[in-house]
Amino acid sequence: MQSADVGDPSKANKAVKKSVKKERRKEKISNKGDSSKSQQQQSVQQFDGAVAPKSKAELRAERRAKQEAERAAKTLKKEEQAKSNKAKGPQVSANLQVDDPKVQKKAAKKLEKQQVPQRTEGHKKVTLFSHLHQYERSVSITKDIGFGSTGIHPAIIKLGLQYAEGIITGSNARCAALMNAVCQLIADYETPPQKELARHLESKLKPAISFLNQCRPLSVSMGSAIKYMKIKITKIPSDMSDDKAKQELISDLQAFVHVNITLAKQAISNSACSKISDGDVVMIYGSSSLIIHVLNAAFKTGRNFRVVVVDGRPKLSGIRALRHLCRAGIKCSYVLISAVSYIMPEVTKVFLGAHGLLSNGYVMGSVGTSLVSMAAKARGVPVIVCCEAYKFCERVQTDSFVNNEIGDPRDLLATDGSSSGPLIKEDAYKNLDSLKVLHLTYDVTPPQYMAMVVTELGMLPCTSVPVVLRVRSFDT
Amino acid sequence: MNDEEIAGYFEDKLKDDDLSSAIAAIETLLECLQRDAAETLSGLIHNLKQAKEVLVTTDCLATTSVSSGSDLFLRFITLASLELDDFKEVKEILISRGKLFLQKVSTCRTKITHLGMPFIKDGCVILTHSYSRVVACVLKCAAESKKRFSVYVTESCPDKSGNFMAQLLQEYDIPVTVILDAASGYILDKVDVVLIGAEGVVENGGIINKIGSYQLALCANALNKPVYVLAESFKFVRFFPLNQQDLPNQFKYRASTLKKGANLSIEHPSVDYTPPSLISLLITDLGVLTPSAVSDELIKLYL
Repeated sequence: MQSADVGDPSKANKAVKKSVKKERRKEKISNKGDSSKSQQQQSVQQFDGAVAPKSKAELRAERRAKQEAERAAKTLKKEEQAKSNKAKGPQVSANLQVDDPKVQKKAAKKLEKQQVPQRTEGHKKVTLFSHLHQYERSVSITKDIGFGSTGIHPAIIKLGLQYAEGIITGSNARCAALMNAVCQLIADYETPPQKELARHLESKLKPAISFLNQCRPLSVSMGSAIKYMKIKITKIPSDMSDDKAKQELISDLQAFVHVNITLAKQAISNSACSKISDGDVVMIYGSSSLIIHVLNAAFKTGRNFRVVVVDGRPKLSGIRALRHLCRAGIKCSYVLISAVSYIMPEVTKVFLGAHGLLSNGYVMGSVGTSLVSMAAKARGVPVIVCCEAYKFCERVQTDSFVNNEIGDPRDLLATDGSSSGPLIKEDAYKNLDSLKVLHLTYDVTPPQYMAMVVTELGMLPCTSVPVVLRVRSFDT
Repeated sequence: MNDEEIAGYFEDKLKDDDLSSAIAAIETLLECLQRDAAETLSGLIHNLKQAKEVLVTTDCLATTSVSSGSDLFLRFITLASLELDDFKEVKEILISRGKLFLQKVSTCRTKITHLGMPFIKDGCVILTHSYSRVVACVLKCAAESKKRFSVYVTESCPDKSGNFMAQLLQEYDIPVTVILDAASGYILDKVDVVLIGAEGVVENGGIINKIGSYQLALCANALNKPVYVLAESFKFVRFFPLNQQDLPNQFKYRASTLKKGANLSIEHPSVDYTPPSLISLLITDLGVLTPSAVSDELIKLYL
């Protein structure tokens, strides 16, 4: 049969149906007991442009039709199976498949549709991390955004730039700033006619979030906030007026920040303070807003302790922590991370902040956290992680390679044009092809190095993260 | 009930050796509840909390389990909100809940015995530390079911309660040997399994037990012998120690020592903390748990 094109499923389907119908009609006619001649004639008319009506040819044609029908049905089945197999496979984010050109093409198309500018990859990529984005901060991502109305609200553009330039750092600060910007977006939002607030607002948020993701990959805290946002938006009743809905959304988001960041900070300080006793030497790494708050609170209760601040390049965020603590009157020392095993015999406790806590009990923190924990464990010094409960995520990770954020390698090179000094110069980096510089942002610490995690729900062992996630899912 | 009456009733109950101190405390609190003269719910709870303070400061050995047991009892009876107007009815409900709790708690030991039996195999050698009623109960049951095993008990200074445990086990016809605390490393080669009780189970799955348990657990781990802890669920305490020094003085020293105001740096503590990494399994009436599951159970009990 000419119409049965095997490669095209929809056409094959129609051809199958046609041939089945024809066969049924033939059977009906034969059952009615028409004369064989008229039967032959009719069958000749159905098989258009056929040769002389011979019974053998008829039979052959019938057999062929049946075969084509079966073949078409088989191909349909195979394609359906292939589709279902694809759906069963693990869903890996496009951000972890940068070395797969097909996945990247799809992601690029998606961004184009949302009118979000895409960042260009850096020139020199470290092959071990070729599955992750390795950007260089050469050109501002907002250069291509015109003054006309694009899909992205100016508050979001401002926020994205602040993230990309490193003006807003720290998971709590980033999350709070995100909620602020989204509140502004919602306040300025007008539902277009004949569209529902809940659906259209979500479609407005998607390009905003993609843009922020391009500026700087989303942190665990931001991911948690966005999930909450989406749940609240879908729960808006359809009969509520737009103004009221917007007001409620804004107050909900502000309450999220208040409960999960501000109030949690106080609860955690109260519990963690009890673990700092007189005469303690507390070590901290980098600058975590929560840890600084805990230490300030403990100092205010009159405890006598001193702090060792460990710092790491290139961010040198420990200097900020040092400034805050010294201003409060706490005695501090400052070392670089290379001296951590030297200073460890003096230390009695280590307090660390976390970027996020994973479901298998691993703690994701700024790069260097795992080093400090391992050094502490080797000397029997207890490591206490303070982390708000909204930073618990359902991800599971056992190493720092699979999922990480690669920063700009130029941050590690010499910043000023001085020709002396130990740091690599920019020209040397550009000219030497075999020289690659890696700037990791996060690392992952196994739970056996941590003594406990302090959250607003109390003091827990690291392995209790799934329990907390379960308890919280009952609340929301 | 005033403080002296409470203390007297409690000490009376403690005279029964077979009764765990925590259960004695719970019975005392139930008696307090029944005799209480408060007219409001908050007044009643206030009186009960004061009674708990009295119990914790009496000179008994197992302060940890008394404290945790009383906490759980108070939590259990006031768990759901009561919106009845008549206080007498409210009190009746509280008393019936209290009795229910006491009933549940009294069956803990039998459940643990039932769960702990498979861990004592025919022909095994058991090492235990000091005197634990739960361990004695499980061993008695194993002996009655015709299993052949032998037991080593550490003497457990300073009160030498290991001797008392050995006496008890001999009554059940179990071959038992008392060894010095210092000889536990020497004997561990011959031993198949280490069974200890607990005074308290802390949030991360570690235990607070008679001094010497930490040492025993460390040696057992070094020689790859499993350490099983037998503890009732009312011994779960909402406390998270970081190391030995982090234990509160209330748990470490007897109440009489603290009252005397003695110099604590020369006083010897009576308990120590065994971290969860040294414990293989905890056999409780809530089931056989790994140390990391204790936190899950605690959250269920308290949240």
